[in-house]
Parts: sequence; C-alpha cells; structure tokens
Amino acid sequence: MDLFEYQAKQLFEKYDVPVSLGEVATTPDEAEAIAERIGGVTVVKAQVKIGGRGKAGGVKVAKTPADARAAAEAILGMDIKGLTVHRVLVDPGAQIEEEYYVSYLLDRANRTFLAMASYEGGMEIEQLAVERPDALAKVPVDAIAGVDESKAREIVAAARFPAEVADKVAAVLVKLWDAFVGSDATLVEVNPLAKVASGDVIALDGKVTLDENASFRQPGNAAFEDVGAVDPLEQKAKEKGLNYVKLDGEVGIIGNGAGLVMSTLDVVAYAGEKYSLGGGHSVKPANFLDIGGGASAEVMANGLDIILNDPSVRSVFVNVFGGITSCDEVANGIVGALAILGDEATKPLIVRLDGNNVVEGRRILTEAAHPLVTLVDTMDAAADQAAHKAAELASAATAAHGNSGSLN
Amino acid sequence: MAIFLDENSRIIVQGITGGEGTKHTKRMLASGAHVVGGVNARKAGTKVDFDGTVLPVFATVAEAMAETGANVTVGFVPPAFTKDSVIEAIDAEIPLAVVITEGVPVHDSATFWAYAQGKNTRIIGPNCPGLISPGKSNAGIIPADITKAGRVGLVSKSGTLTYQMMFELRDFGFSTAVGIGGDPIIGTTHIDCLAAFEADPDTDAVVMIGEIGGDAEERAAAFIKDHVTKPVVGYVAGFTAPEGKTMGHAGAIVSGSSGTAQAKKEALEAAGVQVGKTPSETAQLMRDILSGS
Repeated sequence: MDLFEYQAKQLFEKYDVPVSLGEVATTPDEAEAIAERIGGVTVVKAQVKIGGRGKAGGVKVAKTPADARAAAEAILGMDIKGLTVHRVLVDPGAQIEEEYYVSYLLDRANRTFLAMASYEGGMEIEQLAVERPDALAKVPVDAIAGVDESKAREIVAAARFPAEVADKVAAVLVKLWDAFVGSDATLVEVNPLAKVASGDVIALDGKVTLDENASFRQPGNAAFEDVGAVDPLEQKAKEKGLNYVKLDGEVGIIGNGAGLVMSTLDVVAYAGEKYSLGGGHSVKPANFLDIGGGASAEVMANGLDIILNDPSVRSVFVNVFGGITSCDEVANGIVGALAILGDEATKPLIVRLDGNNVVEGRRILTEAAHPLVTLVDTMDAAADQAAHKAAELASAATAAHGNSGSLN
Repeated sequence: MAIFLDENSRIIVQGITGGEGTKHTKRMLASGAHVVGGVNARKAGTKVDFDGTVLPVFATVAEAMAETGANVTVGFVPPAFTKDSVIEAIDAEIPLAVVITEGVPVHDSATFWAYAQGKNTRIIGPNCPGLISPGKSNAGIIPADITKAGRVGLVSKSGTLTYQMMFELRDFGFSTAVGIGGDPIIGTTHIDCLAAFEADPDTDAVVMIGEIGGDAEERAAAFIKDHVTKPVVGYVAGFTAPEGKTMGHAGAIVSGSSGTAQAKKEALEAAGVQVGKTPSETAQLMRDILSGS
C-alpha cells in the first residue's frame, strides 16, 4: 500500500524524522487559508501516488495566500499520468541549499534490506542510478542488527556526504530506520532530503510503501486507504475478502490460487488473439480473481456477483484445479451461486474442473444442466471457448447497438 | 533419492492443534508420511487422535525432536506468531523447516532468514504449499494423489500451478516437487532446488515454474547456464499482468520494467531453457525431452 506524500511525512514526523509539513487542502479556499496560517512563501503540491509531479506542473511555489489559491485552482482536478488530483499539500517554503537522497527498501535478491543514499538528490532515483551510479551508495542492512548510529555513519561515509552535514544526515537515517521498521514499510524514501538555510537537514518529500501483511499489528493502516481512488468493483471485492484486480478485457476470470489465475489470464489472452473485436483489439481477460482454497457456494456467489456486475464482461471462465479444494464443493458453489443470483446471472460460464473429486464435480454440473454453464475438459479448450463466446456476444451487442441507432 | 525430503523424514507439525494443522496432519498421515508429533506450548503433554493415529503434543520443537527423532517441521502457525515459531525451529537445529503460513509480514521473514544464516536449518516458504517426494514423504499441503513417484523434479512459486503441472505430467511422476512460495522473501529459492536436483541421481529433468515480480527467475537462469547439465523446462505466469498491481501473491508485482514475465522468459531462453507459453505446452516440452523426441 502506497501512501500520499502528506501521509508519508506525517508518519516520518511520528518517528521524529525532521520534515517540512503544512496541511492538506481539497479546495482553493482551504489552500488560501492554510497559506495564510503558515505565512510567507508556501509550496502547493499535488497529492498523487506517482512520481514526476513537478514536471507535470503539479508543484507550484506561492509567494502569497492569493498565489496559493491560484496554484490550488490550477492543480486540483489536474490529470497526472492518468491520476486525478483531489488534494494538494500546502507546505511552508524552504530555502534549499543542497538536496540529498536517502531510502530504505526491501532487497529481494539478497533477502535483506538495503539503504540507498546520495549527496545528489532531487532528481528521480531511477535516473540517478543510470546517469550517476557512482553517486548512489547502496549499503545492505541486516534485518536483525538494523541501523544504529554506527551503521548510519557507514551509510553516510559510503555516500560521501559533505562533512558539515554528516552528523545530521546520520541522525535522520537512524530515525528513518525506526519509521521503516515501526510502520512495517517495504520502502521509505526521502527525495529530496534538503539542507536548508538554517543549516537543518529536513525531509521535503516522502514516499512510503507499507506491507499489507502487517496490517494485523498496524491498526493505523486502515486510515491510509484511499477508498475513493479504488475501482468500485475492487473495493466491493475487498469487503468480501476476495483477491480481485480489475483489468480491461471481456472474459471474466475466476480461479483458485494466485499462480493458476495468473496463468489463466495468459491462456485466455493467447486464445483471445484469434478473436478480433475490431479496431486492432482482441479478446482479453477482464479481471484477476482468486477465490483461494475454500470455494463454498457463498464465496463462489460473491465472486460471480462481482464479475457479472462488470459491464465489460461478456463471458466468464471458471478455472479450478482441486488440490485441497474439492471439485464437488466448487460445482455446488457454482450451482448455488447461480440460484442465489437468479435472473441477475445472464452471461455464459465456461467451467473447467480438474483434480480432487473431479468426477463428482462434473456430475453435479451436468445434472444441474444450467443453460448458462458449459463444462469443458481442459484449460486450453475452455479458454478458447470463453474467448470465442466473448467475441460473439461483443459483436452481437455492437450489431444491436448499430440497429437501434439506425432507427433514430 | 529425492531432494530435501525422503522415506527417512520424520515430521512434526507446529500448530498441530489448530484448524489447518489438524486438517493437513490428517492428510499427510493418510498419504503415508511419517508424522510423529506436534508442537503447541499450551497443549504440551496432551495427545491428539488423527483418524486412529495418536500423536503426542510437545511444548517446544527441541523437546519434540528429542522425544521423536523428528528432522522436519511443518508450520501452520498464524502470521503473528510465525517468526517466533521459525526462530524456535532454527534454535532447535531441525534440518528442515517448512513454513506454510500465508500473510507473514516481510520484516518477520527477513528477520528469521537473517537469523538462519550460518545455522543448520533449511527454510522452505513462507506462504508455500510445502514439498512432496511421491511414495516417500509429504511435508505440507500438496495433494498426494495427483501423481506417482517418477524422475522429474519440480520447483514452483505457486501452489496450484504445482498441482496443475504434477497433473499434466502425472504419467511420468516426480522425484520431488517443491513449492517455494510467492512471497518477496523466501527461505529456499529456485536456485537451491535446481542445485539439489542437479545433484540428485534420481532426477532426470526439472520443470521450473516462476511468476512475475523480483528477479529470482533471471538469477536462476544464470545459475542454470553455469551449473545445471540436466534438461530444464520453464514456465512463467503473468504475461498479461499490468504494472503496479499485486497479483495475489505478495511478491507478484511488476514494478516499472522489472519483474515482467517477458524478461524472465528471455533470460531463461538465453540460458538454454525451453519455456512454454502455457502449462500444457510446458508439459509437452518436458514430454518431448523425456521420450527422447
């Protein structure tokens, strides 16, 4: 889970990492009032969870409260790389003398954590890593030993920070590590960490990614969720405890196990290449949905309900390999779900079952003989049929739309 | 032979009295695995009846090992307590700790991994289905009835794709199938399994299943090029996964240009590994190798 800049800096503040932090505004009026309270120069910054805000015009310096209002007017509602700006952060202006970079992150390859630091901050870290690799220090951090003062000094030395800020940067690194561990983050990044005119070293920006697996011991995490920005179907799936990701195709996908569902998406996309929807588009998967181990009628009904409510879905592919899950339970789940949904279920379901108790599972579906359900033996053939159906129904819908248009 | 797990494996279950622990202890016993006891400090000294097999519950892993000669532990401990349970297993110096639990915070996995360095315990997982050496032993939740003993090795990040691939090649059978888990930090990697399969005289060829996220497959490709002489067939899931969206597994996410299925496929192919586009095509590649065509 990624945080907004203002949330990241609030988190830093909690761990005594020095920050420059004003207040958040959702309207130009609020932005003006905040700038008035802060006094002097302010910076109005778009709050979106993506880099490159400055280049996109999402960060503006305001000399007066009226300037801050104008800046907020310009920034609120702006589209930055596909994200709409709903909030701005109005920060006190800072007289920056130097800009640095520091971060802690998960190092998957080495199964440990990594400190990255540079005396040349400000630019995007990916760019820095490519253009000035020698200016970016990477120091492994042992998960048990962590970052104490001596480790912080090792990082400062590796990154060749100027002597006059070494103590201050080291102090920031120790506190930032506390924030990283204390919040169960997988990334904390400060870019820029700035030396300002007073000589202080403060975080002017912040980026934080939290580990959702740790939510059970991080009760504050719920407040960080940006409910409004989440796709409504994804939100609904989350409330039902389902693992769902909305994609932009036509074949709804339900399966058990993350790997098998990912694989199902691929197989449907390959099958879909044969079926053109016009305009260079072929049939594609509409979502990722992993119903996990226990596919009860209720879980299946919840899953189908979400997928059938996606207007772009034309057909649904249910792909289950019963390992722990028993195919008869899945079959009963499908029959039960269709009974619960009744007339709301209108889209064809292509079902492939294999594994644990498959004979009984197939028997249940065959006997139920639901008009929407087609049982197919293999994953590849089922994917092909689901893609074929989706293409047929999409073109029928286009034709119907065309006809009604000609009546007007 | 097989890798990591064989007929001499004596298994204890951490969290044996919980719902998942009970269910899967029964399944392991039914598949013929030597499960010899369990651990739960609050129920130490009691005995539990699993469909006729009565197993003792011990306070600690060390005690269970001393009393039963156990050399494998399988953990079904809830995420909040997983770290401590793994550290306890490492302190007891049990040779193999299989961590089934899903949803372990990555700081905890990083901590027990760091703790295990220089010690004597191999960790598999977390968030994995465990491993099976068909006909010999079964440590975890992989169904024992999908396939038989054979000479193919399998290593996979995903549980259900492990099952799918065992099913596809069920007529050939497997020496050992290892589900290493889909978390960002795991104990045993593709490379560890490839090295073990290479050294195992009873494994002729290896299927390696990867998925988006991280660069484990790329590193495995480099390892195969230099160290693996047996044929390896690969499959990577997630070609159609969009950037920035976690696909079920905590580790399965494409960030920028890193972690894509395409990059993994290319790295594997550059190392001489044939990569299937689908599970069935991957299985066919392995069939062709095994039947010498």
